[in-house]
Amino acid sequence: MLQVVLFNVTNGLIIGAFYVLMALGLSLILNLSNVINFAHGNFLALGGYTAFVLTPYIGFWGALLVSPFITAILGLIIERLMIRHVYRRDPVYSLLLTFGLAFIIQDLCRYIFGPNGLPLGVPDAMAAPLSQSLFFITWYRVFNVTVVVLAVIALFSFLRFTRVGVRIRAGTLDLETVSVLGVNVGFLRSFNFGLGCLLAGLAGVLAGGQIGLNPNMGDDLLMPSFIAIIVGGVGSLTGTLIGGLLIGVAAAVTTVFWSSGSEAVIYIIMAVVLIIRPRGLMGEEGMLT
Amino acid sequence: MNSATTSTPVSERGGIDPRWGKLAIIWLALLTVPLWLPFLGGYTALAGRVLVLGLAAMSFNILLGFTGVMSFGHAAYFGLGAYGAGLALKYVTPSTPLALVCGTLLGGLAGGIVGAFIARRRGVYFAMATVAFGQIGFYIAYTWNDLTGGYDGLRGFVRAPIHLGFATLDITNNSTLFYYFLLAMFAGAVALQGLLLGSPFGRTLLAIRENERRARFLGIPIDWHIWLSFTISCVFTGFAGSLYALLNNFADPMAMHYSLSGEIVIMAVMGGMRSFWGPLVGAAIFVVAQDYISSMTVNWMSFVGLIFVLVVLFFPRGLLGMFQRKEAA
Repeated sequence: MLQVVLFNVTNGLIIGAFYVLMALGLSLILNLSNVINFAHGNFLALGGYTAFVLTPYIGFWGALLVSPFITAILGLIIERLMIRHVYRRDPVYSLLLTFGLAFIIQDLCRYIFGPNGLPLGVPDAMAAPLSQSLFFITWYRVFNVTVVVLAVIALFSFLRFTRVGVRIRAGTLDLETVSVLGVNVGFLRSFNFGLGCLLAGLAGVLAGGQIGLNPNMGDDLLMPSFIAIIVGGVGSLTGTLIGGLLIGVAAAVTTVFWSSGSEAVIYIIMAVVLIIRPRGLMGEEGMLT
Repeated sequence: MNSATTSTPVSERGGIDPRWGKLAIIWLALLTVPLWLPFLGGYTALAGRVLVLGLAAMSFNILLGFTGVMSFGHAAYFGLGAYGAGLALKYVTPSTPLALVCGTLLGGLAGGIVGAFIARRRGVYFAMATVAFGQIGFYIAYTWNDLTGGYDGLRGFVRAPIHLGFATLDITNNSTLFYYFLLAMFAGAVALQGLLLGSPFGRTLLAIRENERRARFLGIPIDWHIWLSFTISCVFTGFAGSLYALLNNFADPMAMHYSLSGEIVIMAVMGGMRSFWGPLVGAAIFVVAQDYISSMTVNWMSFVGLIFVLVVLFFPRGLLGMFQRKEAA
């Protein structure tokens, strides 16, 4: 029993880590640009497929480093061509636009790589379990969680200690004032969008090594990421982080007792949070409401 | 109030002359569908789909176009309507009116509950919460295999003939008759919507859309009106969903998925969300295009996605929105 619980909790942490990467990217874009990026899960898939293409040439490690940046570049191109035109309009348009993009990217992935799942080869040493008694935890899982932790630390330091990062945070609070102070808001939004896609791409490579690649691999992560943001509170990245981990672990622990209840518990958490604290755990009253 | 009615050239509910022509064209087209559709290569079930999804989009537009609130989870209430109707036909009694009532109530009830959670939220947060809540329906339909048939959908029911006392409408087998049945239901629902939006209540919703803060200062309870608007919209969407179940003799979990929510939104926007009939026009274009594209290519998703992108980038006001601009000019 202990092993089952342990297995599920580690599993939950790993899934929670994917939720966190995905939700942080979504949250960045949402907070600054008021855009719900429905295609975020598809950027995740793009990251995974890029790694699949690159692995034969530069190996898994090289692909892990390069693919997130390629995903970010693809994201920047799409932002520049399309999404930038709807920032000033009613949010319904950015929703519809990213929704359509999600359809297109998913279909392109299916067209190019086929509808069936593809494996993303992980180095053999990574696929080995930690030990005999902890046979269910591979080194790759430990590695996943480590990378996500590092990425989150890097992101938060970036937002705190660099000029662009501080501007992004300031823009989240009051974009108009930031603009009046002479900051190039267009650049800030593009950069921020690319940053979000970078995180999605990273999550895509990691998830690809864990569960394999398929054209709609991001779809299952999209809804939990939304809920992570709602639970954590719109406008707060720390909240998103906590929300993602919370629902990941809660879902995994529930699986121990009720095998099909993992999704139910996510929705229940969301409903409870909205009842007792409508702005979310870390959300500030008045933010984006 | 005044500013809401004069500053927008949107719903010229006050003026009478241009609207009669539009109404006549729409109803003439809808009434004669079984006569001309086969010549264009269509079939009556397709026309039924247009009516049902058009009704869903018009119901949704009470919220988006006439209250200015963005919901992205309306498929849930549509799907609940379908399941409500299907379950009533399958497990209770084969009666079409009962099925319609059950589906409508189920959709409306769920809408009322969800609305209570989110009516105080605005903008993208509101949209995101509606998506997340909407997926609960999909999740339940997907998981509760014994009751809903899970992934395969709910089968094993057929729409029942309607007994009027003096006559029996055999809508089960006669597809043309069923189309007119749908049209009658559609007409009833749309007439109600029109009355509602033309009433002082509808005007209040417009005022909220135009300037929420000013409306609040006028003493209008904003959250209560948004909740009402959301719930009413869900009741109508549930009704459309139960018609959908009758149309297909089948309720499908994908009818609750957020991709259908997105399609309902694009229908409303494509036709013109500031116009009463816009969503119906959008539904007609979208349903026919989707039907045509998916019969032509396996990569239909790209083309449907492309419709979204093109509409957003190049036709954001929608088809009727562009006409309105000309009339106003």
